Amino acid sequence: MSTKELKKNNIIENALKLFSTKGFYNTTIPDIAKAMRMSVGNMYNYFASKEELAKYAIKYSTNILAEQLRKINHMDISSKEKIFLFTKVYLENVKNSPEVIEYFLRVYLSNREVFAQGCEGFLCVSEFVTEVMIFLDEGASKGEFREQDFFSAFSMIMGCLGGFAFLSGEKVLDKDLLEYSDGIAENIFRALKSDETT
Amino acid sequence: MRQHKPKIVWLQAITCNGNTHSLLSSNPSRFELLLNSFNFFYHPSITTENSLEDVLNLKEIDFLLLEGAVTSNKQFYQISDNSINDLLKKVSKKAKYIISVGSCASYGGIHAKFEQNSDIKGLQDILNVWELKKLKQPIINLTGCPVHPEWILQTLFTLKEFGKIGLDMQGRPKDIYFGLAHHGCTRNEYFEWKIEAKSFGHKEGCLFYEEGCRGPMTHSNCNRILWNDVNTKTRAGMPCIGCTEFDFPRDNMLETKKNIGIPSEVPLGINKRAYLTITGVAKTFKIDRLNKKLIE
Repeated sequence: MSTKELKKNNIIENALKLFSTKGFYNTTIPDIAKAMRMSVGNMYNYFASKEELAKYAIKYSTNILAEQLRKINHMDISSKEKIFLFTKVYLENVKNSPEVIEYFLRVYLSNREVFAQGCEGFLCVSEFVTEVMIFLDEGASKGEFREQDFFSAFSMIMGCLGGFAFLSGEKVLDKDLLEYSDGIAENIFRALKSDETT
Repeated sequence: MRQHKPKIVWLQAITCNGNTHSLLSSNPSRFELLLNSFNFFYHPSITTENSLEDVLNLKEIDFLLLEGAVTSNKQFYQISDNSINDLLKKVSKKAKYIISVGSCASYGGIHAKFEQNSDIKGLQDILNVWELKKLKQPIINLTGCPVHPEWILQTLFTLKEFGKIGLDMQGRPKDIYFGLAHHGCTRNEYFEWKIEAKSFGHKEGCLFYEEGCRGPMTHSNCNRILWNDVNTKTRAGMPCIGCTEFDFPRDNMLETKKNIGIPSEVPLGINKRAYLTITGVAKTFKIDRLNKKLIE
């Protein structure tokens, strides 16, 4: 990765923290520059606008998850084991880098107008959605998952995980986040499994 | 001096006559050229002066063409007390070139799915090529259900003029089967942007996702060398059913096999992960022009 790419990623990481806590509109380029200890003018050498930064940030954050799910997809384990593993990895992300998931929930899903141009549909989250497709396709082709519409299956997984990340962000959970991992995974698996699979 | 006209012997085994019909529907001037350039010695559906016995008495046959699947079981098919297998074993020894015309002759086709007789095969599965001393090149499979008439003519004329024709791994002429039915499909722009046909028989939309179209994984030039010089299945709104491939006919040919909404097979030579990524991106574009009727 080039120095410029590293710097860009560093800016995104700082921006994610600010966007996910203060919201998109309440975070300014000077805020991010300040967190980076760099000048506002220099910031524009990396991102032409706050909107552009926001779009890079959603690609960056979902690609972290895409890479993790890709590794799991390549493993020679059952789809059930993959669900348990991915749920654990996802919740570890929520625990260790809450800004990544929070950004998705509180900015990407809430401020759709920011992403209307250039991030339509799956355009900025396609790597992650593709991994979910591969995961579901392989599970169904092996007979571990039952046939159903892609979006109902997709939202079963991501709605469940995203909802739990939201609960965590609201600090209403009474146990450590990872203690819920197997229970959530079991629920996702039961929603997807074929009638023959135990 | 009279020019030597190569002898063609066309035999039929278990068949619906589709390939014969196809040949008879070829471009009239091309068909006339065929009849003028070759000696159509024997064909069960074309009036000739010769009988099957005359065929058996021939010393040499230039082109032996077979239409239909073969079986050694005389209960299911026989000609004059001969099983088609026995007949072919005799006649094939005389042939310089052997051509399986159509998917049934090539691989058994739909008849090989007949559960009451497990001994239905393609021609290449019953002949021992090493015993065929006159044979100038391996058995040629002209697949298709039916085969395009131009493919028969092109193969015969190529062999007549040049003596050899390049074959692919499935024994099909490379010149005819190198590309895909997808090439030349008038629906390619719909394929690119993932706009599906709403139903059969329309000019608009791609038939790959919903209607079972096998164009992107079927070796055939039918969208470039058109049927009756004007049309193809996909142009008429009927999906490609992969009739030139080894596995034809498959089950549920008008459906795209999917796992949780994701096509289980993707176009030839494309990594599934990459294909799904491109698909997801392509679907985000809404191109008005492609969502309208072509002719209002």
